[in-house]
Amino acid sequence: MLNTNRKKLLEVDGLKQYFNKGQKTEVRAVDDISFYIEEGETFGLVGESGCGKSTTGRSIIRLYTPTAGRILFDGEDIARIRSRAEILRFRRDAQMIFQDPYASLNPRMKVKDIVAEGIDLHDPAKNARERDERVYRMLELVGLDESHADRYPHEFSGGQRQRIGIARALALKPRFIVCDEPISALDVSIQAQVVNLLQDLQKSQNLTYLFIAHDLSMVKFISDRIGVMYYGKLVEVGPSEEIYNYGVHPYTESLLSAIPLPDPEYERSRKRIAYIPQPPGADAKLRAVAPGHFVYCTEAEATAYQEKRNKRVCS
Amino acid sequence: MAVATILNVRDLHVSFDTFAGKVRALRGVAFDLHKGETLAIVGESGSGKSVTGRSIMRLLAPTANIERGSVLFKGADLLKSGEKRMQAIRGREISMIFQDPMTSLDPTMTIGNQIMESYRKHMRASKGAARARALELLDIVGIPDAKRRFSHYPHQFSGGQRQRIVIAIALICDPEILIADEPTTALDVTIQAQILNLMKDIQKKVSTSIIFVTHDLGVVANVADRVAVMYAGRIVEVGRTDEIFYSPRHPYTWGLLCSMPTLYETGERLYAIPGTPPNMLHPPAGDAFHLRNPYAMGIDAKEAPPLFQISETHYAATWLLDPRSPAAEPPEVIQKKRRSLC
Amino acid sequence: MKDDRSIVDIDANNGTGVGTASADPHDFSPLKLENAAYEREKNESPSLNFMQDSWRRIRKNRSALISMVVLVLLIGVAFTSIWLFPHDPNRQNLAHSNLPPKIPGVTVRGFDGTAADNSGGGAFIDKYAAEGVPEGVYYYLGTDNLGRDLLARLLGGMRVSLLIAFVAAFLDLTIGVTYGLVSGLFGERVDSVMQRILEVLAGIPNLVVLILMLTIFKPGIFTIILAMIVTGWISMARIVRAQTMKLKNQEYVLAAVTLGQSKAVIAAKHILPNISGVVIVQMMFSIPQAIFFEAFLSFIGLGLRPPEASLGTLLNEGYKAFRVLPYQMWVPTVTLSVLMISFNLLADGLRDAFDPKMKE
Repeated sequence: MLNTNRKKLLEVDGLKQYFNKGQKTEVRAVDDISFYIEEGETFGLVGESGCGKSTTGRSIIRLYTPTAGRILFDGEDIARIRSRAEILRFRRDAQMIFQDPYASLNPRMKVKDIVAEGIDLHDPAKNARERDERVYRMLELVGLDESHADRYPHEFSGGQRQRIGIARALALKPRFIVCDEPISALDVSIQAQVVNLLQDLQKSQNLTYLFIAHDLSMVKFISDRIGVMYYGKLVEVGPSEEIYNYGVHPYTESLLSAIPLPDPEYERSRKRIAYIPQPPGADAKLRAVAPGHFVYCTEAEATAYQEKRNKRVCS
Repeated sequence: MAVATILNVRDLHVSFDTFAGKVRALRGVAFDLHKGETLAIVGESGSGKSVTGRSIMRLLAPTANIERGSVLFKGADLLKSGEKRMQAIRGREISMIFQDPMTSLDPTMTIGNQIMESYRKHMRASKGAARARALELLDIVGIPDAKRRFSHYPHQFSGGQRQRIVIAIALICDPEILIADEPTTALDVTIQAQILNLMKDIQKKVSTSIIFVTHDLGVVANVADRVAVMYAGRIVEVGRTDEIFYSPRHPYTWGLLCSMPTLYETGERLYAIPGTPPNMLHPPAGDAFHLRNPYAMGIDAKEAPPLFQISETHYAATWLLDPRSPAAEPPEVIQKKRRSLC
Repeated sequence: MKDDRSIVDIDANNGTGVGTASADPHDFSPLKLENAAYEREKNESPSLNFMQDSWRRIRKNRSALISMVVLVLLIGVAFTSIWLFPHDPNRQNLAHSNLPPKIPGVTVRGFDGTAADNSGGGAFIDKYAAEGVPEGVYYYLGTDNLGRDLLARLLGGMRVSLLIAFVAAFLDLTIGVTYGLVSGLFGERVDSVMQRILEVLAGIPNLVVLILMLTIFKPGIFTIILAMIVTGWISMARIVRAQTMKLKNQEYVLAAVTLGQSKAVIAAKHILPNISGVVIVQMMFSIPQAIFFEAFLSFIGLGLRPPEASLGTLLNEGYKAFRVLPYQMWVPTVTLSVLMISFNLLADGLRDAFDPKMKE
């Protein structure tokens, strides 16, 4: 899966996002993280509530102004852009899909106006007919149809609403989409529909995803590479099969051991690993333990992790 | 093996009056709860799984009507018991824990008082005895340093600890039945794992019967002895956990199991049940699942299937089990799973 | 690439051909899943937007509906009477002073032109005859001590009250809503400064504001409106700010930001429509307050002054003669009460209609 020739579409370098900086209530939601996403791939970001994964997504999409660090999107540092024209240009390329299908659509707008909002803003249609046509095309793309365009969001089920949110994001023909827990509020049977849709769209529209979720098994399934976050830090990054099978950071191990699988035999025999947080060493940073697989650790720990990983690969 | 049954739910019909009309939440739910077992009720939102738990406790909203059915507990029908009798049962003989530990604790009361409250009320215990019992329970549910934390308020505890306290409150009177309504849904996975382990440990010690309501099949596989799958206000399949996971017979169960990503390699295409859950204002005629069922037959659209017995413990409500229907094979993923087990 | 075969082969069972619905209840032939039919199935009910839905609810609320009808009637009568009932409310006719109400064809005591004789004894005499009022002259609500037609004065007073109501609503909607939206949407420093200003303004009682105004301006409707401009919109601004704060972190607002929408459009398109219910309800509650404010000021002599007619001045004149000529106070009292109760009940009804969850 790893293809070193692919272009890096997004490069996050030393991103920090603090809230209430300098005050007593300062929160270091994202504390110096770095990673990249290649064009056409899905990068999964997992972690538990409050670990900063959603904040990372929102900083990247510039819903927040980053405290420090660089966010290179297609070579341009979008952490620095200020002018409205520059921001608008970035918005065309980068969009977001939200978590709560009940809160992410304006209840007072018709579906077609929701979907057309971006069209009106960036690339207005010449007349109402053309606008409708474009909305219908977007609706069809996400598995809905014309008859839904004149209705209000409350008439739809959660899965349908999520499709509308996806259509809204796609209307600008973006290249990069931040998916902020897009399926965690949906029913099991609907989750699979939305995941399939996202994967189909990725192929047909040539999209790059940052997929944020707390469900490691779903993230592993949909992502090419995974980053594991813990309290504002990225503790482990690597190809998804590698992390899922040979994740070596103690936090990743505890996370992996905690996912309940729909398999009673396995569940009976499973051993849970509890994570006891250790203060990171002074020179802790992301260090490679295998090609493309990095762990947040000190020099000395890196060797130990490397051995641990290799032992598991052999067994 | 003869099993002692502690609770019988029979033909339970519940509806809710809403502005738009009558929502038929339960349409004939029936099951038994055995002594000391964990019965998981799984289903999607709107399937009626939570309503089932609340109906047993008679904790339904005022807009709800219990139209038909019975809930037999110790020879008495709980649906016909007076409110006084229910108050004596709630917390004493049947306890319930809810999804959100934030809202099920009173923020203005110390947790010590909250834990003791029900014990003093039901057991008429002295303050000293209640305190001793509460400390014992806090120890069992794994709150360290219980003596000191006894006088703390709920906001001083983390989400996982709060859920432990909620469990302690539910268990203090040694209830015979514990109804857990999505008790781990609001928690992170690592905390969820701890709480599930805790519930299993406690059950071993006190042999309470547990009704575990959840939407998460992984959790079910972890905690349940038996599983009831609900769809559109009915139980469509019920059986021992292994039967449900390794040889399911209802197409809805097939669909649910097949949409779990853990059964697939990265990059494969997930199986997705088509369509959306039914609108219970107008439940579909016949088998409610037939609109989304790739195996649907003509009869499904007209007549609701009865529960067919598959084994002593395993039942499923689908016409596919009728001898007249064509043979239907479960999806490949499940078969693969079964083969890998042999 | 992995093979793209779907896991469940839908057609596996369809070897015998597509099953169609037949009359046979024991039909075990496979049914063809009609693609997307299930998607539409749910959406058959007619599409109701927010306003239609609210209207449906308010129609079920009897007191709100009656209040609405009463208000429409009062407003209609107060303004059409400018042309249909062209009596000058300030015209004096000393010969006809203190006449009781007299309505043609009505013989109910109190409305037939009779009143208890002042000289004592309690006998009812026809005041109109006693004062020598010509036949065919009727004062439906009687006259005051200067012989002015009370009905004309009442209608004039109502017009003043309704003007004040309109001004209050207008100020709420313009200054109040804008101030709250700006403060809530920009947040941080802008919000801090705007809220401090608001606290200072809210700290001064509006009576004090008005008295300060009176050092420069003459008492009258203009001064009352000026005082309202200073403080009348503050509670609206606070409510709008709180609601905006709540909504601006909703995901649909964030979605608009990621689309590149400007703050002004977000306020107008995404926030305002979603708080319109709260805004209307707050407005309906501030209207009776404003009406009462004016009546009160006029009553104590800081508002409109006689001979100008307002419910406040009518009350002032009426209460002096209440013991002997009670109708002079009853008329403005009942009108004021009906106006205020109607606005309040309507506001209550609207609140329930806009936010059915709040009721439960």
